Amino acid sequence: MDWSYFFSEVIANRGALLHGTAITFTVSLIAILAGTVLGIVIGIAVTYGNKPLRWPARLYIDIIRGTPVLVLVLTTFYVSSAVGLNFTAFQAGALALTLFCASHVGEILRGALQSLSRGQIEAGRAIGLTFGGIFRYILFPQALRFALPTWITAAVEMVKASTLLSVIGVAELLLSTQQIISNNFLNMQFYLLAGAIYFLIDFAIEQVGRSIGRRLEQPTRRMV
Amino acid sequence: MTPIVDVRDLHKRFGELEVLKGIDFTVTEGEVVSIIGASGSGKTTLLRCLNLLEEFHQGDVLIGGEAIGYRVQRGQRTRVGEREVARQRAMTGMVFQSFNLFPHMSALDNVTLGLTKVRGMPRSKAIELGDHWLERVGMLERRDYRPSQLSGGQQQRVAIARAIAMNPKVMLFDEATSALDPERVGEVLETIRSLAQEGMTMVLVTHEMRFARDVSDKVVFMEDGMIAEQGLPEKLFMHPESPRLQAFLKTSSF
Repeated sequence: MDWSYFFSEVIANRGALLHGTAITFTVSLIAILAGTVLGIVIGIAVTYGNKPLRWPARLYIDIIRGTPVLVLVLTTFYVSSAVGLNFTAFQAGALALTLFCASHVGEILRGALQSLSRGQIEAGRAIGLTFGGIFRYILFPQALRFALPTWITAAVEMVKASTLLSVIGVAELLLSTQQIISNNFLNMQFYLLAGAIYFLIDFAIEQVGRSIGRRLEQPTRRMV
Repeated sequence: MTPIVDVRDLHKRFGELEVLKGIDFTVTEGEVVSIIGASGSGKTTLLRCLNLLEEFHQGDVLIGGEAIGYRVQRGQRTRVGEREVARQRAMTGMVFQSFNLFPHMSALDNVTLGLTKVRGMPRSKAIELGDHWLERVGMLERRDYRPSQLSGGQQQRVAIARAIAMNPKVMLFDEATSALDPERVGEVLETIRSLAQEGMTMVLVTHEMRFARDVSDKVVFMEDGMIAEQGLPEKLFMHPESPRLQAFLKTSSF
């Protein structure tokens, strides 16, 4: 293998690689953060909502989770333009990933919340808390401990799923890499490089998740 | 004097099944009332109606003279809003059979959560009060322990502190010792007894007949969703009138 040629190509294309990495990172971050917020709302609705809230939330989770992400990405991209929403490819892709992430977070949270004993809600009610307070101080902190490992997995999945945005022309890391390869034909080297960058991003997410997990496990002295 | 608890013609259904069939009873200030009866007689359901953990379908529950849970507007009986329900629930304190401590919090945080988040007390004041009540139930040394690090009896004593720190008008005990190992029952009963002696108003659902007899000012015997007999403990335990109560006492251990 001609290392010097590879390195000179990396240097020459560093702008595209960095830009692709930045897009991958940004779109994943948006999807994870926005998807988590939306997913928490959906998870609450499906677990504690009355029928008019529970059913749409249940339907949402089942349909979106059952749809291939690629289909979701393409649908969001073409439907949004068909109905006159002038989304860029990046915006449509970020939206698709957010919707996908939310369905997973919703389901993860539902599982965690349902594992908590009903007595927790009753104890919260008995001291005069409203549902908002019960969720915030009693249910959510406990559900978080259960859900965190699965949530990290879901976050890592989002980074991987972001590669699918290449098909609608978002110049994220994979598409950038492919464009570079089409010029220099260094298939193996640049795909390996892209793989290494994806690994680093996922590794970083797992480390962040673990450190959050460790902080949650520590015995609380002062919570409030 | 206004009774602390005033239950009038209380009816409650689970679907088709009527579990409370017109209950009337009162608890005056400082009174300790025990509710006894076989399982399925409706005693726990009655207790849970007193802090709106159960809805009820007819009748009134008044706590400190205030009708809770429902209001009648233009002839329609409607449930009051969530904030109102929460405020009314805080007028009573409840101790559960299975303790229901918050497992992710220290003993002290269990006690102070309601003080800071419901009563809006400053943190320092809440800790002061929390420590006071933990000391009162003999749990001050364990204030920083998690529930999982405490025995059942210790957890229940923290749960008592959590409920009573909110300064309720009446304390409700739902079979507070039923989930405990036999050797842990005594410490919890002693805690309840000493609170009763200090004049705390209490309603206890219990299977501890001897305790009910010793500590209560009044005993209520429930049978099939109704109060079959009520009165002084000496009278109910020594001279039961209804055949149902006579049969029940025969099968209960003292």
